[in-house]
Amino acid sequence: MEFGFTTAAYVVAAVLFILSLGGLSNQESAKRAVWYGIVGMALAVFATLVGPGSGLWLLSLLLIAGGGLIGQYVAQRVQMTEMPQLVAAMHSLVGLAAVFVGFNAHFEIGNVAEVYAIADAAKEIELDGLGAFAKLIAKKTPAELAILHVELFLGIFIGAITFTGSVVAYGKLAGKVTSAATKLPGGHALNAGAAALSLICLIWYTSSGSFFPLLLMTLAALFIGYHLIMGIGGADMPVVVSMLNSYSGWAAAAIGFSLGNDLLIVVGALVGSSGAILSYIMCKAMNRHFVSVILGGFGGTSGPQMEVEGEQVAIEADGVAAALNDADSVIIIPGYGMAVAQAQQSVSELVRKLRARGKNVRFAIHPVAGRLPGHMNVLLAEAKVPYDIVMEMDEINDDFPDTDVAIVIGSNDIVNPAAQEDPNSPIAGMPVLECWKAKQVFVSKRGQGTGYSGIENPLFFKENTRMFYGDAKASLDKLLPMID
Amino acid sequence: MKIGTPKETYKGENRVAMTPDSALQLQKLGYECLIEKGAGAAAGFSDAAYEAAGVEVMKTAASLWKAADIIAKVRQPDATELKRLTKDKTLISFFNPAGNEEGMGAAKSKGATVIAMEMVPRISRAQKMDALSSMANIAGYRAVIEAGNNFGRFFTGQVTAAGKVPPAKVLIVGAGVAGLAAIGTSTSLGAITYAFDVRPEVAEQVESMGAEFVYLDFKEEQQDGAATGGYASVQSEEFREAQLAKFRELAPEMDIVITTALIPNREAPELWTKDMVESMKPGSVIVDLAAEKGGNCKLTVPDEKIVTDNGVTIIGYTDFPSRMAAQSSSLYATNIRHMMTDLTPEKDGKVIHDMEDDVIRGATVTHEGEITFPPPPPKVQAIAAQKKPEVKELTPEEKKAQEIAAFKAQTKQQFTLLGVGGALMLLVGLIAPASFMQHFIVFVLAIFVGFQVIWNVSHSLHTPLMAITNAISSIIIVGALMQIGSGSFLVILLAALSVFMAGINIFGGFLVTRRMLAMFQKS
Repeated sequence: MEFGFTTAAYVVAAVLFILSLGGLSNQESAKRAVWYGIVGMALAVFATLVGPGSGLWLLSLLLIAGGGLIGQYVAQRVQMTEMPQLVAAMHSLVGLAAVFVGFNAHFEIGNVAEVYAIADAAKEIELDGLGAFAKLIAKKTPAELAILHVELFLGIFIGAITFTGSVVAYGKLAGKVTSAATKLPGGHALNAGAAALSLICLIWYTSSGSFFPLLLMTLAALFIGYHLIMGIGGADMPVVVSMLNSYSGWAAAAIGFSLGNDLLIVVGALVGSSGAILSYIMCKAMNRHFVSVILGGFGGTSGPQMEVEGEQVAIEADGVAAALNDADSVIIIPGYGMAVAQAQQSVSELVRKLRARGKNVRFAIHPVAGRLPGHMNVLLAEAKVPYDIVMEMDEINDDFPDTDVAIVIGSNDIVNPAAQEDPNSPIAGMPVLECWKAKQVFVSKRGQGTGYSGIENPLFFKENTRMFYGDAKASLDKLLPMID
Repeated sequence: MKIGTPKETYKGENRVAMTPDSALQLQKLGYECLIEKGAGAAAGFSDAAYEAAGVEVMKTAASLWKAADIIAKVRQPDATELKRLTKDKTLISFFNPAGNEEGMGAAKSKGATVIAMEMVPRISRAQKMDALSSMANIAGYRAVIEAGNNFGRFFTGQVTAAGKVPPAKVLIVGAGVAGLAAIGTSTSLGAITYAFDVRPEVAEQVESMGAEFVYLDFKEEQQDGAATGGYASVQSEEFREAQLAKFRELAPEMDIVITTALIPNREAPELWTKDMVESMKPGSVIVDLAAEKGGNCKLTVPDEKIVTDNGVTIIGYTDFPSRMAAQSSSLYATNIRHMMTDLTPEKDGKVIHDMEDDVIRGATVTHEGEITFPPPPPKVQAIAAQKKPEVKELTPEEKKAQEIAAFKAQTKQQFTLLGVGGALMLLVGLIAPASFMQHFIVFVLAIFVGFQVIWNVSHSLHTPLMAITNAISSIIIVGALMQIGSGSFLVILLAALSVFMAGINIFGGFLVTRRMLAMFQKS
């Protein structure tokens, strides 16, 4: 098939991908957007298969079908609470694929060079045997080859970081690795050392073109990915996952450069910028700098934290039920604790009952609630909570003073008034949901004690706050029959 | 240990310090409960009700004092009761330690521990045992009810077939707990309610209860209530004059005046003078909640209701809580029960008198043969720190100037970014070959498109966005497919693995996105 056809197909595919991402601006058009993505991908794969350079059709199709079966199985089995793990695991696959493709590019360069070394006459024939990509390389000038070296080096570097980083992130999110921030002795100096080593390898590789520096760099990058993400705690995972998302895009773009494939570049850049924006939004929602999230731990504080006075007053289900029966307006603030307790169905049932009695029930979602951007929305959607009562922080924050009851389910830092009241708090200035302005606040929490960040939450000590201790799902199930 | 409650000896006192409900809670803390025969009768709690709650009814006061380790009562103990104290006994009641040297002396010589309920510090943690507040709440409510009982008209305005009725106007002086309770009751009965307090920071609370705060035309810097533990303090002479002038202006309009102004350990300040009473309409009512301390109105006769020559009723009862004995007993008993909860950290029926605890230390007036009154200031401040100064309202010009400055800064930032970016671009262009630059243009444009598109993605769809970008980033399969046709086995193997992994991702990503999006439903 002609080269022109492939390019044309790529253009169409790129447009479809852009439309697919753009369609996510609202829930209804999003359903159409997925189809744009699917068609775009099918077109791109088809065009590549029929286009120049590919071979072994049967094998390719078999592999795609095999992978597809596994993908389909996983997609249908996965629990919505496990979405963060799934996303992280999928990033790792992209990262690893980028590493492999990068290695291949390197080997092809080697093969082409060998061919050149043999004889001029046999060159064309030999090159035919090596395939289209080799032909592409053969046409390159020495300057272009140097650039190619840098490109594939970068592709492998980013891909390797994405791979191990995502594997560690998967482990943390799935609870297989401790979610606390842990670092090897030496901390960031180790990362810096590995990065410096990679830089040396880059210079070495571009000058020599041998495989060893490439391999050495790959190992260093694998280490960086592992160690960097190990040093980041559980609640920062929204940033980490979006960052890895971004990386997987950049890796694809870098590989696209080295293969001279514009579709890869376009899609890589789209995904890369998408992840970057998500990371930015998440960081902003936590009022933290991207760098400080990546370096792990909270930023320095300028003085002692405000002392929290008062005590946490517990309440039983009947008290909560009585308040809910009297309330006209209720706002529910879910957090990671709801996901852990798998309480979304009970929450949904509670909402259904309250709404059936004509009460105004809404959800307030903080951008970093959960472990993945938009995690809470997906969980609530799964539990059949209508999306038009699920509000963003900015939409609903002004409504708390007119609200009778605010229920906090398994969230902590995102409802911490210290962010506004205590300039010395580690989270000072972070935008938070001002639920304490509601007439009454109930906090469903497993027990006393601070959340992930270890910051005392003055909300729990406020006069209008009552602590509803216990597992979120068990507590809500106890509450449900009392609502009438 | 045993907790006992005797019948109150003070004449006319109807309250009781233990109710059947509170007894049940006390038993949960591991205590045995005793009560004197007939102690709850005046408050509407029969001996049978106590027995049903597992309380042992004792025939006489003497036997009860003997049997109980902890005695909870309401009124300050009289001389006989003080004699019954022994070492190891704990008495919890109102004690008036500031004016009761003798009582403290007697308790000290007996070696008993006395916890004075009025000394519970005013901090958030101790609110649940703040008996002064719970009693003041009742007094405030009852004051309005008493006033209504003696006021010959409606509170609320009505237009009826028989004519128009104007709403009553109520002035409440002092917006402490009693004052706020009175405001709440009065507004809910429909009266137009005004309230005054020397602490300007309570204006917000007053307005939140639906009353109108009476502001003085006075410029002196007011002492903040937070510095004095939330209580009012003595005012300057000028301030007092301004205050009285305002009251004189209001007096002829008001139908009901309820005064609740008290300063700790002092005689009540005179706020409603004789000439104000004289200028009021006949049939008006004054309720003086400060009657016990001399009254905010000098015409008040404690414990009595009088009618002045111009027909104004002045009520000076001092026993408002006792007049609602059922309600006040249950609140007071709950205060006592909370105090016991704090004294029994292990819930094992054993008192641990922790003198390090702010609340317990503050309320204890004699302990182990020592007088421990007055207590040191609590470690925690009573009321949150004073509000930060309000942010100055900007004039339109300043706002405009700020906007212009922000716009300029933004422009400058953008120009710098563009400049630096452009220069870098040119540098790259100088070195890099043309083929690279072609791809580079595509790359940069794609990033721009990406930024524009992604900013529009709705927050709630961020998870589907991640899943779909995941699927799309598997476009790397295209690279692998281009390489799979190679002649080298190693290349084919690696490319094949990549194709396989990307295949998982493509199908997994798109399918899971579809699954998620299908779940989003409109109500």
